[in-house]
Amino acid sequence: MEVVVQMVFGLIALFILVAAAMVVSVRNVIHSALWLIACFFGVGALYLLLEAEFLAVVQVLVYVGAVSVLILFAIMLTRQISGEGVRQLTSRWPVVLVVTVLLFATVMTPTLINQQWNVPPAPPLGTPEPIAGPAELGRGFVNEFLIQFQVVGVLLTVALIGAIVIAFEERARRRKVLTLAEELELKRLRERTTQTETPEPVEAEPVARETRPASEG
Amino acid sequence: MLNAVPLPAVLTLAAALFCIGLFGALSRRNLIGVLMGVELMLNAVNVNLVAFWRYFEPRYITGQTFAIFIIAVAAAEAAVGLAMVIAVYRHYATVNADEVDQLRG
Repeated sequence: MEVVVQMVFGLIALFILVAAAMVVSVRNVIHSALWLIACFFGVGALYLLLEAEFLAVVQVLVYVGAVSVLILFAIMLTRQISGEGVRQLTSRWPVVLVVTVLLFATVMTPTLINQQWNVPPAPPLGTPEPIAGPAELGRGFVNEFLIQFQVVGVLLTVALIGAIVIAFEERARRRKVLTLAEELELKRLRERTTQTETPEPVEAEPVARETRPASEG
Repeated sequence: MLNAVPLPAVLTLAAALFCIGLFGALSRRNLIGVLMGVELMLNAVNVNLVAFWRYFEPRYITGQTFAIFIIAVAAAEAAVGLAMVIAVYRHYATVNADEVDQLRG
């Protein structure tokens, strides 16, 4: 039984770490986001193994369901970055690698070598262990953690409104609804003189779109 | 689980996940990659919290509650962060974090 649990834990840990490494190293950003979803699933499985079932469900709902969709949409809205040819790491990545490895070593050395954890002994096999489940969680949210619960609700509302305010442009400024790619073409057209790179060939369509709203206004 | 896998194993996994996320957040060129690194780091913190809850205080709900609050805050952070990425892209026509340097002195 213990060997099975150890093997499952090892597989989940390997899966999480490989997926996370792929997230930070893959060139295509969309592939990176898909590996991120895989990593979230792995963490959810780890929660299940740690017998936090409600958290596992929340992880799948919030991270796999909502956050990853947000990230995929942001990638699709900012299109030109997802090509494979683009370099994805900054030139200082070896320094960052050294720093993170050093941080890992600094954190793990005292944890593994001279820390006595004093974990309370698990009850013998067969006797059920008292574990707080979703029922206790729900009771806690309406009793002792009521204020925090409300504050998180307010925070989510504020974040929702703030995201809309930040991401949306005022209607008055754009007279015709353009996609982000078309807006970019317009911007490139206007800044062609100042741009150092060779501008991409521009189709005739955005030019017509640009002149028409100007005459209307 | 408690007898089979010792607590430091879980802590090592969480620390490794955190460091990978930190590497991504510091070294990715594009802003969405940075945000994905931050998400990895938040997940690592949650793994730590749940591990400590399970090994030390499984009969109380405090650890799980803390993890749920962190998930909620991470969702809010992701929404606002990605909205800012879109706004930056609209203004600068790039999502490269090194090119957005208008505040540089």
